[in-house]
Amino acid sequence: MSKQPYLHIPRPTARPGEAPDFSYLNLSPAGAVERPPIDARAGEIEYLALGLVRVLDDDHVAQGPWDPNLDKDTLVRALRLMVLTRAYDDRMQRMQRQGKITFYMQALGEEAVSIGQGLAFEDGDMMFPAYRNQGLYIMRDTGLVEMMCQCLSNSRDMCKGRQMPIFYQNAKKNLFTISGNLATQYPHAVGWAMGAAIKGEPNIAASWVGDGSTAEADFHYALTFAAVYNAPVILNVTNNQWAISTFQGFAGGDRRPFAARGLGLGMPGIRVDGNDLLAVYAATRWAADRARNQGGPTLIELVTYRGGAHSTSDDPSRYRPKDEWSSFPLGDPVDRLKQHLVKLGHWSEEEQTSLEEEMKATVSEAWKEAVSYGTLTEPPFLDVSLMFEDVFAEMPDHLARQREKLLRMRGERS
Amino acid sequence: MIEAIRSAHDVMLERDPSVVALGQDIGYFGGVFRCTDGLQEKYGEHRVIDAPIAEGGIIGVAIGLGVNGLRPVAEIQFADYIYPGFDQIVSELSRLRYRSAGEFFSPVVIRTPCGGGIRGGQTHSQSPEGIFTHISGVKTVMVSNPYDAKGLLISAIESNDPIIFFEPKRIYNGPFDGDPDKPAVSWASHPRGEVPEGYYTVPLDKAEIVQSGEDLTIITYGTIVHVAQAAAKAAGVSAEIIDVRTLMPLDIETLRESVNKTGRCMVAHEATRFCGYGAELVATVQKECFWHLEAPISRVTGWDTPYPHAFEWEYFPVQRRLVDGIRKLMEVA
Ligand SMILES: Cc1ncc(C[n+]2csc(CCOP(=O)(O)OP(=O)(O)O)c2C)c(N)n1
Ligand SMILES: [Mg+2]
Repeated sequence: MSKQPYLHIPRPTARPGEAPDFSYLNLSPAGAVERPPIDARAGEIEYLALGLVRVLDDDHVAQGPWDPNLDKDTLVRALRLMVLTRAYDDRMQRMQRQGKITFYMQALGEEAVSIGQGLAFEDGDMMFPAYRNQGLYIMRDTGLVEMMCQCLSNSRDMCKGRQMPIFYQNAKKNLFTISGNLATQYPHAVGWAMGAAIKGEPNIAASWVGDGSTAEADFHYALTFAAVYNAPVILNVTNNQWAISTFQGFAGGDRRPFAARGLGLGMPGIRVDGNDLLAVYAATRWAADRARNQGGPTLIELVTYRGGAHSTSDDPSRYRPKDEWSSFPLGDPVDRLKQHLVKLGHWSEEEQTSLEEEMKATVSEAWKEAVSYGTLTEPPFLDVSLMFEDVFAEMPDHLARQREKLLRMRGERS
Repeated sequence: MIEAIRSAHDVMLERDPSVVALGQDIGYFGGVFRCTDGLQEKYGEHRVIDAPIAEGGIIGVAIGLGVNGLRPVAEIQFADYIYPGFDQIVSELSRLRYRSAGEFFSPVVIRTPCGGGIRGGQTHSQSPEGIFTHISGVKTVMVSNPYDAKGLLISAIESNDPIIFFEPKRIYNGPFDGDPDKPAVSWASHPRGEVPEGYYTVPLDKAEIVQSGEDLTIITYGTIVHVAQAAAKAAGVSAEIIDVRTLMPLDIETLRESVNKTGRCMVAHEATRFCGYGAELVATVQKECFWHLEAPISRVTGWDTPYPHAFEWEYFPVQRRLVDGIRKLMEVA
């Protein structure tokens, strides 16, 4: 017996200062993966979890059976929403740097996930997003001002000051409250979907986690329940290659794709080019149609790249090459959709430039309004007694007493 | 304090080949708070291990490592994220020795940053120590300064009992006196900010008298140790301040002597009040010191709500709240 340690330690293909290397990605050419009917048996479509569903080829032309044939208006709408998401992120990131908000997380490079998938659902479908799905809140018209007010914890904050920035919610638009505790939303989505089935209603549920979060037990609980009960749910893994400093291999992604996690349970998986809005839309639509027709759950892996830092508290130059994103073979989702529209003759560079300016202005306008409702340090502030509300449906005596005490102490001081 | 914690790991990884560290982002990156910076490079990927994002897995696997004779030091990135591992702590880690009549045990240390004051909102600010002190079979520590952090962590790693080791993140880079309007200060000028190189220990069953005094005793731990010192000064009282340090086991002797001397006692912590660790302290002091008490024992704590982002300084037991508490306690004739 050797006395040498012999665990397999996952290592990313490149560290700072080294040349990026995405040879591990296993890409299929656009149009190469077959599109089965939505009622195909799970056992016959395992190939969907192992290949890579792509529609847009390197020349930005739509190819093959997954082309969803979206009309011009829908494509332009998708582009507008992605550009808006990026403009919003850019502004909020800068506002954090200026100390206006305490924290921020961008979805830079992953915009097609929320926008492409969001477009494939019905309004009544319930979303259980992760923290990098701001695009879903934007596309379901939560309102930029409302979202900014949440980040500012100001007098208009939808969470009444209780959550850090980016943990949005929108009950009216079927968007669940975001949790900081990774993967907890996954079983919630399955339970919601089971509820729809119990009530005999047609709506489906969807949830998202990152590659790293698939290691949590909640991920596995969700898959088990979804598969056992054939729940009408779409479970999505946004594989942006990184989980803070650990690459996706630490969640087992370098052995088999995340899309294949459900195969052992008899649950279909689709691995899709997450930066190809058409492919993202098509795969999600396929899974949604299947779920709505009592075909049960699908696990979708969206292969993408985290273009920015993990959060404003992170410094990725410590653990990955600076130029990794620019070498990512699946490119930039915004640029790819733009190029596709240009190719179709629906769009031009000038229109793109003015769209970017328009969205920047929209965001600036919203920011001006949002800060007029206060910031963490500038009035108007939230009423501090809100701290004690919503712990329970009705406030128990001990909390009412604590509230009184706090108010009395503040009164004595002013 | 970060450097002290890093140094404790370094000393023990060097001294004892059975020590291994594991946790999210702790290896190549050195931890999101940098408490293990450079250690993977020094001791290798088999001893300083980056873990998947699965707290239940980290703690369960740490138990197995320990059963196989290693001494695991597991980092849970934030105390707020320890709950997926709760079953492994309550049902397994704490009872292995008991249920196997001593044939099995696992000397796991679980380190985790806790507490508020960093605008972390409800998922990066919790002080869950009372949940853990309630379990029979794990010891619970909360540190308040770099010197103790290193000495206690070394003791914890050497201990054959499982230990939950809380590090208040607000004081990672310097003491905090509970006045959020003042600029941050570093550990450089604090008497226990200096950390000796090499090996030393701080015992796991001794409270520390941070300052002696005559008028009242303030029993506390973690960040509030510093807030209490500033509050006593601001209130102009001669307070004896006790840093409990090891919440379980509790050094009852030190508490008894102090409160019997001063006759007045205030208990303070960041955590919520109801069934919080302070309740145990109050009950203990009440029993041990009843005939010497000149006033009811008082408590200053976080409110019984989740920790809100916007109302950080209304929630946190800031200096002024402790001053109020001290004044009220001293008014009782
Ligand atoms: C239960 C839990 N453990 C740890 C954390 C700390 N944490 C926040 S984000 C993160 C990385 C998640 O990576 P991934 O799932 O890949 O999502 P991404 O950030 O890449 O979108 C970690 C470890 C947490 N929020 N919750
Ligand atoms: Mg990720």
